[in-house]
Amino acid sequence: MAKVIVVTSGKGGVGKTTSTAALGAALAQFGQNVVVIDFDVGLRNLDLVMGAERRVVYDFINVTQGVAKLSQALIRDKRLDRLALLPASQTRDKDALTEEGVQSVITALRKTFDWVICDSPAGIERGATLAMRFADEAIIVTNPEVSSVRDSDRIIGILDAKTVRAERGERVAKHLLVTRYDQARAARGEMLTIEDVLEILSTPLLGIVPESQEVLRASNLGAPVTFNNANSGPARAYFDAARRLMGEDVEMTIPADKQGLFGKLFGRRAA
Amino acid sequence: MSLFNFFKRRSSAPIARDRLQILLAYERSGRGPSDLLFVLREEILAVVGRHVEINPERVSVQMDRGDKVSILEVEIEVPNTVRAAPGRGRKRRAALRPA
Repeated sequence: MAKVIVVTSGKGGVGKTTSTAALGAALAQFGQNVVVIDFDVGLRNLDLVMGAERRVVYDFINVTQGVAKLSQALIRDKRLDRLALLPASQTRDKDALTEEGVQSVITALRKTFDWVICDSPAGIERGATLAMRFADEAIIVTNPEVSSVRDSDRIIGILDAKTVRAERGERVAKHLLVTRYDQARAARGEMLTIEDVLEILSTPLLGIVPESQEVLRASNLGAPVTFNNANSGPARAYFDAARRLMGEDVEMTIPADKQGLFGKLFGRRAA
Repeated sequence: MSLFNFFKRRSSAPIARDRLQILLAYERSGRGPSDLLFVLREEILAVVGRHVEINPERVSVQMDRGDKVSILEVEIEVPNTVRAAPGRGRKRRAALRPA
């Protein structure tokens, strides 16, 4: 039984695309068949973060409009072929995406994949509401920062109102993924703590991704962070989050980057 | 800047938390009633519209929130046409005070 998950936040720049790529890759690394879909029409970036930008031929809108078959538009990851990407259109008007088109593509993907992960655009407009429309579960990506937490609260309200499941009176399971967390700053009272964010948003925690240089390094190289440096703090946080999505009971930790002797002696490496 | 201020400056997170809690309590309470106002507006329009001709554009439904009571104000402009009683003024005003 396939699961459709939307990765959403309201606010931009909090790590939706990074998290979509990393969780999709992590689930595939655990043997699952995964497709990640970019819903950001006109501003696609999931292809770039996953290192597939030069392999895009057809896109999501080409498929919904019947220009290309779904199998032609799907890009299989070169490192792991259980992982596929459906890129957004970079050229079309964002109104070219229709609810019927999205529904038919998601229905088809449900048949061949275990996980369909929808990378939502920022905002609460059409692209964002279409990305969440057919979701079974939602991952709300939040930074420990006031504007991000406020927008997450807003998005949670919209998930409870505008999804097909909500309209049928069913539940969209919601998970909170806190990213760019700096435990030392939180301990010094400079940053909202995990407890603060959980208390305010009352949503179960899926994982805590630490602030880390490894995230930029991975996107520079076009690899999900779980591929690029599987031992880094963020990668381990995403692996744990992926296992929780699969229903495993994993102790909640804030994994830190491990520095080897070389790293300790010579400091930062160039990405 | 005194040493005291230097230490005091550091704890900004509790302020962030308090500001968010107050703001979100307000924004969440706004979610329900704004739908309530929409429903009230539609139903009031339907009832009044059965008896007098009204222009749906000239109807305002507002909720003023107070500490102890809130005031629901419904203002419906009734044109002086055949069915409206003449000489009674252009507007009818109803104020309800929920307990």
